Amino acid sequence: MSFSDHVKRFSSRSVSMLKQYEAQVPNGIWMICPRCKASFYYKKAGQYRVCPECGYGFRVSAHRRLKMITKHFDEWDTDIATEDPLDFPDYDRKIKKAQSATHLKDGVLTGLAQIDGQSVALGIMDPLFIMGSLGTANGERITRLFERATAQGLPVVLLTASGGARMQEGIYSLMQMAKISQAVNDHRDAHLAYIAVIMDPTTGGVTASFASQADITLAEPKALLGFTGKRVIEQTINKQLPDDFQSAENSFKRGFIDEIVPRDQLGNRLSQLLRILTAQKWGDD
Amino acid sequence: MATATDIVTAARSDQKANSYELIETLFEDFFEMHGDQTDGDDAAIIAGLARLGEHPVAVIATQKGITLEERMASHFGSPEPAGYRKALRVMKTADQLNFPIITLINTPGAYPGADAEAAGQGQMIAKNIAEMLKLRVPILTLIIGEAGSGGALALACSDQIWMFENSMYSILSPEGFASIMWKDAHLADKAADLMRLTPEWLLKQHAIHRIIPEVMLSDGSLKTALETELTALAKQDVNQRLAQRAAFFRKF
Repeated sequence: MSFSDHVKRFSSRSVSMLKQYEAQVPNGIWMICPRCKASFYYKKAGQYRVCPECGYGFRVSAHRRLKMITKHFDEWDTDIATEDPLDFPDYDRKIKKAQSATHLKDGVLTGLAQIDGQSVALGIMDPLFIMGSLGTANGERITRLFERATAQGLPVVLLTASGGARMQEGIYSLMQMAKISQAVNDHRDAHLAYIAVIMDPTTGGVTASFASQADITLAEPKALLGFTGKRVIEQTINKQLPDDFQSAENSFKRGFIDEIVPRDQLGNRLSQLLRILTAQKWGDD
Repeated sequence: MATATDIVTAARSDQKANSYELIETLFEDFFEMHGDQTDGDDAAIIAGLARLGEHPVAVIATQKGITLEERMASHFGSPEPAGYRKALRVMKTADQLNFPIITLINTPGAYPGADAEAAGQGQMIAKNIAEMLKLRVPILTLIIGEAGSGGALALACSDQIWMFENSMYSILSPEGFASIMWKDAHLADKAADLMRLTPEWLLKQHAIHRIIPEVMLSDGSLKTALETELTALAKQDVNQRLAQRAAFFRKF
């Protein structure tokens, strides 16, 4: 056997061994950052689930995201569920699967929260519920979040994550954009503040409505923020686009984001903003 | 008494409080807002929300920068159209939230650049002036150092206009004036004298409301004066306040 044969035999054996070992690593133990491609042991992402290399915030369920902000939360409108308005094939099964994965009736968690002792109407969209797509049920919950906040004189903090419209609900999904925008307008007319926090991904009809209507817009590092999906643009204009062309960082440079806030600092930043927003008005004393 | 040239020198002094330092001294919890929500973020304008004592305010300031890099980025405190757009959108947010607005001005004027012209420098200043006159919340302007041309007025259509004693407010920079009048920017000293840009003269003409001795910044009494003034303005009827704001400019 020649030397080169030895090398070949050795390398093919090590490759097969590696594959064997790889198969033994349970899913989720080893994480790869979709932004900077760094790979690392999952515990390195820490309690905030961020890439230790570039700060990208991984997509997490709304319940999990809530725990990173506050312990004090009373949930609102837990009974709203979609009614499948188009009678769409297989939609029912998809909803059930998403419900069991996220412990939500539909893709958003809303309620009254205390952040550092200050009351706020808080909404968190769930990217794990059919990619946080906007349907009638989560659209209704977000609308009521603003309506209740207006009635109770509360500021709104809404963390957005959405692939855009819910295809399975057609025109009903599109109408949510106008319905929620109206509730945002009424909230603003009551001189109340709305803070949006752009999470990964925020796209389509959500970008084109309430995610872009806040008084103050924060974003998570490396979050994807855009309207039309990258693939659709590429296929339309027949050109490859850079990976980061719809990043929060690019939006910041173009003037659409007030500040990019790392996940572990969001609680402090919200607390600071709420101290300003809920301060006593001039001439009231 | 200080001559116009002395005032110009003092107004431009490096010893002048930097806008960020001034904000730090006067306000708490300052949150800086970035971007014009159209095209970019101009480093020459700082805008955000904060508390002045117990109460909320919006703060808009021009920024000259300290390091050379900062000064290049802000064109030595000369805003571009994106800066005026950022200022206006934050002022409108303040109007919605019913927060009074404080503007801190230290600018030779709007940036004279080809891109700025193409992006509508004049139009943006025009829009700011028109919109500021309509804002329903109290607006107070403090001129820190230089306040030149429409670039300064775009942030100074206010209910109260105060000037530090070492500051200047004029139709444009003395250099610009000299170059227009005599085609020679080197005659700036002569121009400064003729332009009547000192706080004393401006107060006599009722072009400003109050002169602030700079010691009021270090001894803390400026903060108290701002609180007293904003409280008084907030207690006024909105329509009366807007009528007074209009009358202030109507008299010229």
